[in-house]
This record gives sequence, C-alpha cells and structure tokens, in this order.
Amino acid sequence: MSGVRVLVGTKKGAFVLTSDGKRQGWEVDGPHFGGWEMYHIKGSPADPNRLYASQSTGWFGQLIQRSNDGGKTWEPVGNKFVYEGEPGTHKYYDGTSRPFEFKRVWHLEPSLTDPDTVYAGVEDAAIFRSTDGGSSWHELPGLRQHQTAPDWAPGAGGMCLHTIIQDPKNPRRLFAAISAAGAFRSDDAGETWQPINRGLHSQGIPDPDAPVGHCVHRIALHPSRPNVLFMQKHWDVMRTDDAGGSWREISGNLPTDFGFPIDVHAHEPETIYVVPIKSDSEHYPPDGKLRVYRSRSGGDEWEPLTKGLPQRDVYLNVLRDAMSVDSLDPCGIYFGTSGGQVYASADAGDSWTPIVRDLPAVLSVEVQTLP
Amino acid sequence: MIRVVLPTHLRRLAQVGGEVQLEVQGQATQQSVLDALEESYPMLRGTIRDQVSHQRRAFIRFFACEQDVSLEPPDQPLPDAVASGAEPLLVIGAMAGGMMGS
Repeated sequence: MSGVRVLVGTKKGAFVLTSDGKRQGWEVDGPHFGGWEMYHIKGSPADPNRLYASQSTGWFGQLIQRSNDGGKTWEPVGNKFVYEGEPGTHKYYDGTSRPFEFKRVWHLEPSLTDPDTVYAGVEDAAIFRSTDGGSSWHELPGLRQHQTAPDWAPGAGGMCLHTIIQDPKNPRRLFAAISAAGAFRSDDAGETWQPINRGLHSQGIPDPDAPVGHCVHRIALHPSRPNVLFMQKHWDVMRTDDAGGSWREISGNLPTDFGFPIDVHAHEPETIYVVPIKSDSEHYPPDGKLRVYRSRSGGDEWEPLTKGLPQRDVYLNVLRDAMSVDSLDPCGIYFGTSGGQVYASADAGDSWTPIVRDLPAVLSVEVQTLP
Repeated sequence: MIRVVLPTHLRRLAQVGGEVQLEVQGQATQQSVLDALEESYPMLRGTIRDQVSHQRRAFIRFFACEQDVSLEPPDQPLPDAVASGAEPLLVIGAMAGGMMGS
C-alpha cells in the first residue's frame, strides 16, 4: 500500500512523520540532530530512500547529512562550500558593499533523475551542486557573478537563495530565487542566468519595477506545465505563463497578499495554495485565524480553507519552505508553523488535522509519496 | 597523548563518548591539535574552524589549564600540562543561548 513520509526541519532538529495512504494515523520519528537548526530536508525523486538534510548552528556552522534508508540513519557528508574565484560584493542593509560570505544552506534540491546529484541554495546567495552524493560541492558561479550581483541586497532573513526548481521537461533549465534580488532562470544547466522579474512591482525599492531587487519569497510550478510559475512575493502573489518572461498579479480577493509559501496541487495545475500573513511587520495571519487560501482558477479567485484549523488567537507564521503536497489521490497538503504544528489535509485542503502540535518552530516541510 | 574535550553536539557528531585522545606530531599547538583532531574525525571539519582560512569560528573558545587561550596565535605552544596530557584542551561552545531566537 502506498504511503507518505513527511520530512520536517525545525529550529531544534529534524522529524520524520510517516503514514499509509489514508494519511490518518501517523508515526513520529525524531528528533534527529536535536538542538541543531534543520533548514531543509528533501528526498531524491529518483531514489526515495536517499535524503539530504541541511544542519547548522551559529556555533558550529554548516553540515550536510545524507540518509540512504529514508531517514532512519544518517551520515555527515561534505560541508565545504567555497565560492569559485573572487567572491565579489553585494549590498548590505546599510547600503555599503560587502563581500559574499558563505553562511548556511537554506535549500537542498535533489536531481529529478540522479540520486547522487543535488543542488544547494545558500546564503550569501549562490547555487552549488554536488554530483557525488553530497561529498563535495562546487558552485555554479554564473549566478553570483551576474552583472547585477553587486546590487543585490539581503532580505530581513539574510541574502538567501531559497528556491531551486528543475524543469522536468527541459533538463538544461533551472529556476532560482533570491531574497531580495528576485527570480532567475538558466537555460544552460546553470552556467549562465538571467533575471526574470519583468512585471514584479515592489514599493520597498527605489525603482519599483527594477530588473532586480525584488524580495521573492517562493516559486512553485506544476510538472506538467513548467512554463507556468506561481510566486509568493514579499507582497503580491504573481503568475507567469512564459517561464518568467513576464509576471502578472493574481492576488485577487486574498485578505492580504503578503506571505511566504506557495504550492500547486499535484493533479490540478490551476489549483494553488498560499497562507496569507498580515504584513511584513506582523508575521501572523490576519484576524487571528489560520487560513490556507486555495485558488482553483490559477489565481485571482481564492477561497479560505478553515475546517480543522484554529480560527481564533492564532499568531504564528508559516515559512517559505514549510508547505508541500503529496501525489496521492486525493492530493495531500502539508504545512508547518512557527508554533511547532504540522497540519495535514488528505482531501486537497478541504479539511485539516494536526499531525503534531508541539515541535520546535518549523522551518521546512517536504513530503514524499512512497510506492 | 593530547586530551581534547568536545562540546556535546560535536561529541555526538564525532560519535565519541568522553574525551578524545590524539597523537600530535611535533609541538602541541592549537593548530597541530586541530589538525590531528580533524584527521581522526573528518566530520568535525568546518565545525570548530573554517575549512579554508582555519580561522576559529566566532562562538568557539579554547580553554586550557583554566585559561582562555582562544585568542592566542594558532601556532603558539599550548601549556605543558596540555602537551603532556595531564590536562585536557577544552573546546567550548560560547554561552550565547539567546542568539538567533534560540
């Protein structure tokens, strides 16, 4: 019988939540790496038992862990992230120029086809790749060496490369997103990159329509239509139908269009999910109600999903990597909160139940659909 | 034989219980001890000092014979009591419990 495995990264360790295809009863395994910040854990689409995890603390720096048995056991692998050539500079919060300096890995994106190949999105913003199962890492320097990089500046969380998407129909095409530089696309397997921010409008930067400088929080696509991307920007929910050639706003009737995660239904490419957050200075849902919003029309028209979610006194956040969908039918949706809850819906968002309520603050949620 | 006491997180990472005992070639200095430590426990590379510059991580301290030797030059000899194994070199995660909203 098929099942799911939910990989949860928290501020104090990693947890592995498993269930059968009904997704009603759950086993909770963890914490793994108790006390460490687990920014992201993700499994290989080519080998579901191969997992990669980003482990760090302010004391001991960055580690990468690898599992070959679905998270039962782990081994530390390579953690040497060195920028290629001259690091160059970027803008700091105060407008001065500072050299790029590696701080941590925000996101790990295993290859769609090779379990030993995995991409890492890091702070200060750059993309690395390993082709030996995480043992060694090499930067794809074309992104950090883009002519606009000296003008990139950090978002409030640091200058992180937090989103990496592989085009399932074109192995040479990659998408990446950086807070607060914007979205980028490579059509040559990561060698060169171009900003894809036309149509984004950000009032927090001197030129609201600038080619770079936009605080993109998250991008998602449906594998059947890789030219259609959905974006949760700092403010604004956006969509492109031409792989980033131009974006248009689809915030529609959302109560607020600030937020972090965005994801797409596994079987309905026009069904998307966001978690509206009150504002950039108030990182909690509006009206004290935890509501996921779903659009079944590819944006513009949104409906609140509340069944099973607390509708009073909710003042927590859902971070950019903390939402995921499984590929069962009906599609399962999962998200984790800064309050330590992980909620699951086994009916595409119509109703929700907490899998766990009292974990450390959740940084990331990824789900694997198991055969 | 040099004795090194690691903080809890690094003991778990290196899968060691108590003290680590190391054979150090030549003079016992911070650098030579860390070289030997990382040679024996490669998973510790990058956790105490930067892998390229070898600069001590900001929140790591080295204590020896009730002295903080963190700011001593890496190639300065450690106290005789550490070099002889009478006293351990303590690798400490600095007290910074409130940092980063922990």
